[in-house]
Amino acid sequence: MNSELQSWPDDIHRVLSQERIRNVVYVPDAGHTQLIERCHADSSMRTIVLTTEEEGIAMLAGAWLGGERGVLLMQSSGVGNCINMISVPTVCRFPMLMLVTMRGEWGEFNPWQIPMGQNAGPILERAGVLVHRIDRAEDTAETVQAAARIAFNSDRAAAVLIAQRVIGAKAFKAAPQ
Amino acid sequence: MRNPTTLKPLLNSRAAVGALLVERGDLLVVSSLSSTLYDLAAAGDNPLNFYLWGGMGGAIMVGLGLALAQPSRPVLVLTGDGEMLMGLGGLATIAVQRPKNLSIVVIDNEHYAETGFQESHTAHGCDLPGIAASAGFPSVHSVRTEPELAELVPLIHRSAGPLFAAIKVTATPPSFLLPPNDGVYLKNRFRAALGVKS
Repeated sequence: MNSELQSWPDDIHRVLSQERIRNVVYVPDAGHTQLIERCHADSSMRTIVLTTEEEGIAMLAGAWLGGERGVLLMQSSGVGNCINMISVPTVCRFPMLMLVTMRGEWGEFNPWQIPMGQNAGPILERAGVLVHRIDRAEDTAETVQAAARIAFNSDRAAAVLIAQRVIGAKAFKAAPQ
Repeated sequence: MRNPTTLKPLLNSRAAVGALLVERGDLLVVSSLSSTLYDLAAAGDNPLNFYLWGGMGGAIMVGLGLALAQPSRPVLVLTGDGEMLMGLGGLATIAVQRPKNLSIVVIDNEHYAETGFQESHTAHGCDLPGIAASAGFPSVHSVRTEPELAELVPLIHRSAGPLFAAIKVTATPPSFLLPPNDGVYLKNRFRAALGVKS
């Protein structure tokens, strides 16, 4: 894995903490490694690994019924696994915050990542999710904060797509495919 | 070995769900779609029922989120065999989290009752309690008879789970009894009855 620490995952962790996020649920992605580690180390957060991303949509709906906030971390390929389950938050107006690390766009080496990488944003929009995008690392904190606020204050599903260019090709060099 | 004739389902789903909820106490209930949902409504609509009219495959995970957020309340997820089969991975996720206050009860009629009565995998030997046990559930029950059902009822209030039970029920056409289907209303009344904020 990349040994070089990046600042944007720490920015996300800080915003999640400020926004009183309790449940951090995820299917692991190399791009989210540092954020997942930060959340694991934060006793105010409950981290839960899922078998598939749609579990997280349903789980965070249940957590909100019980009075807790959460965030779903996934890779762009995971967006496709969530589509029907996203009807639960859109129909019921559950707050639903999703942070998506993008593959299949900036210098991708694996052609199997390209279909969901190129289509995750439009598919989420068609599913009724408010889509935000981070193309520069310095925009991370304010973008995640904006998405969290529209999710929790306006009871909407909101996604933040974190560009592959932000994550950096380095993260994938040593990663298994 | 059991005599195969004794393996024929005897219990009626509506009566079984009614028995589970006859003294619901402070139970929070999540139901999957279709006939299980109608059976829950028939047992009495309640603000602390959350009916999933869609999101097939997600019922037990809604239950997990609720159970973790409300550890002092017993949470019951009622689902059908078809819905449970669509989200089997969630059993592994729940077994890892081990919420003591979560009970999952599958109302297993071995059919997709609302879509033309096609047989599900459980009609062909797929053993849902066996899957739950293998996933790591500490409390697993197969219910076919009235005495077995009577033994299950207190367990869903005991918070010694996570508990998984499959109740084999006779395959009868769904009898429609429709509770509210406005998701925003169902969500807001649940949270108001529970007294939670943000």
